[in-house]
Amino acid sequence: MTMTVTEKILAKAAGMRHVQPGDNIWVGVDILLTHDVCGPGTIGVFEREFGAKARVWNRDKVVIIPDHYIFTADEKAHRNVDTLRTFVKEQGLPNFYDPGTPSYKGVCHVALPEGGHVRPGEVIFGTDSHTCTHGALGAFASGIGNTDAGFILGTGKLLIKVPKTMRFRVNGVVPDYVMAKDIILRIIGDIGFDGASYCAMEFTGPAIHQLSIEERMTICNMAIEAGGKNGIIEADEKTFAYVRARTDKPFEAVYGDPDAHVESERVYDAATLEPCVAEPHVPSNYALCRERTDVQLDRAYIGSCTGGKITDFIAAARLLNGHTVRIPTFLVPATAEVAEALFTEQVGGKSLVQLFADAGCEEIAPPSCAACLGGPLDTYGRTHGNEAVISTTNRNFLGRMGSKQSRIYLASPLSVAASAITGHITDPREFM
Amino acid sequence: MKTILGKVYVVRDDIDTDQIIPAQYLNLVPTIPEEYIKLGSYALCGLPDGYPPFVAQGATRSDYALVIAGRNFGCGSSREHAPIALGAAGIKAVVAESYARIFFRNAISTGELYPFETPQRLCDLFKTGDEVEIDIDGARITRVQTGEHYRLKELGAVAPVVEAGGIFAYARKSGIIS
Ligand code: SF4
Repeated sequence: MTMTVTEKILAKAAGMRHVQPGDNIWVGVDILLTHDVCGPGTIGVFEREFGAKARVWNRDKVVIIPDHYIFTADEKAHRNVDTLRTFVKEQGLPNFYDPGTPSYKGVCHVALPEGGHVRPGEVIFGTDSHTCTHGALGAFASGIGNTDAGFILGTGKLLIKVPKTMRFRVNGVVPDYVMAKDIILRIIGDIGFDGASYCAMEFTGPAIHQLSIEERMTICNMAIEAGGKNGIIEADEKTFAYVRARTDKPFEAVYGDPDAHVESERVYDAATLEPCVAEPHVPSNYALCRERTDVQLDRAYIGSCTGGKITDFIAAARLLNGHTVRIPTFLVPATAEVAEALFTEQVGGKSLVQLFADAGCEEIAPPSCAACLGGPLDTYGRTHGNEAVISTTNRNFLGRMGSKQSRIYLASPLSVAASAITGHITDPREFM
Repeated sequence: MKTILGKVYVVRDDIDTDQIIPAQYLNLVPTIPEEYIKLGSYALCGLPDGYPPFVAQGATRSDYALVIAGRNFGCGSSREHAPIALGAAGIKAVVAESYARIFFRNAISTGELYPFETPQRLCDLFKTGDEVEIDIDGARITRVQTGEHYRLKELGAVAPVVEAGGIFAYARKSGIIS
């Protein structure tokens, strides 16, 4: 019997020769990721259920990356990071990226692959819905709640249902004005906000494999915005180069059978895709940038696990070079590695830091989730009024960036940069 | 016959986890008892303006016992704070046309509430404040005043997990873990 890549990874993790959609199976977990928002509750569940003296099932497989509420005066937020610190110490966990120390990284979904914790063919669960990001490296990765994570901490296993696979094939060559964000927003627009509920979203085709690993992460990151259980792109030479540069742990890439049954297949031609936005308040509210130029904006935001990677800042910088922004433009590198690269990467002979300063952007924030999810009132970039924001983030839910009155338009870094220059939604081709 | 009786609160499609519990309250840790109660007091406070208050000003629990919703209830974040906030506010069941996967799973794992699905669009047929009764085993919702009733999808294997109080209690009861 043939299997898709998702089915094969799950079968392997369950020690079974064959699985099919709908099967409920116990899988062994390779990595459990948690952060400051869900980590304390997960630890609470673990200690309540397994006892205060219990040990985690495997110290090397637990990765704790505080990232959500870091640069805030909120006392509970600090207490929560302290809870993580205490647990890490008690359990002797080696993979902890502690705020305020040189090991601090920032947004977990960019930090996890950077740290070499994502490897093709493995099973990753995280207490965050965007854990699906890591399918970009050919892994099975999915978000779970604290209770399931507490169960994994104690046992290293989880009972899950094998998802059906929906395949999305993107043929052709991606034009230089189209980014991964435009591809995934188009797909979500086509299938709807719950169009992939309970399903694996498999992305394939030459245009997908043309993308950098960071761009592939943008695509898999947003699988959850269509309700997907996981997003996945099979590993290739680019994947291997990325992973080998970051870890020497062995891994075995897994590939689907060419004739495996999939629930559905949609085919796109990359050449026909255009820069787009998702209008408030759901990510499936698809519209072309060139048809929404009447939307006046109050601010622009570049950051988060979806849109705060170095490739996102380079794209924005290429467009902003030689221009000035008309609206406050907030920049939040996802991780410390990205923040450092803003000094070393150059566009037009200038460092990105210099280029953004010359373009009149706001001072660059330290790496964290920041206003991607609103957060405590003193969070950098948080909305407080009825702002219209164009953002490289992944969710435009009501109140997502803080204020319920503000409106969020999701777009690629190129489109956000172009719109920052004009002050209204703008197709980046106007500046290319 | 196990039943849930009380007033219903009606919402529509795509109620996301930021509406159920806005991110600003995620500094609260659900396993700390006082903070569990606090989470309940903020349940559904992220709904658009125009909805009646779900939890009265100054109260920690809701006057409603059930939520009726449209499609894709609980979409968005994996935050377990969402079913917990509803459970802490006193909600015993949600009846929706469909759920986002992680919310559905979290509702069961925590044992906070029964996530019933319905083939009908009940959010068009009920209004906030209606008195209803849910027969859990019989998978049926009844409007108390008129007696008219609607079928719910059977919960199947999920029901005993919620009833036991969540996945750990259930796993112990059935000998999966010690
Ligand atoms: S950057 Fe935003 S979407 Fe990504 S993990 Fe942080 S809060 Fe979640």
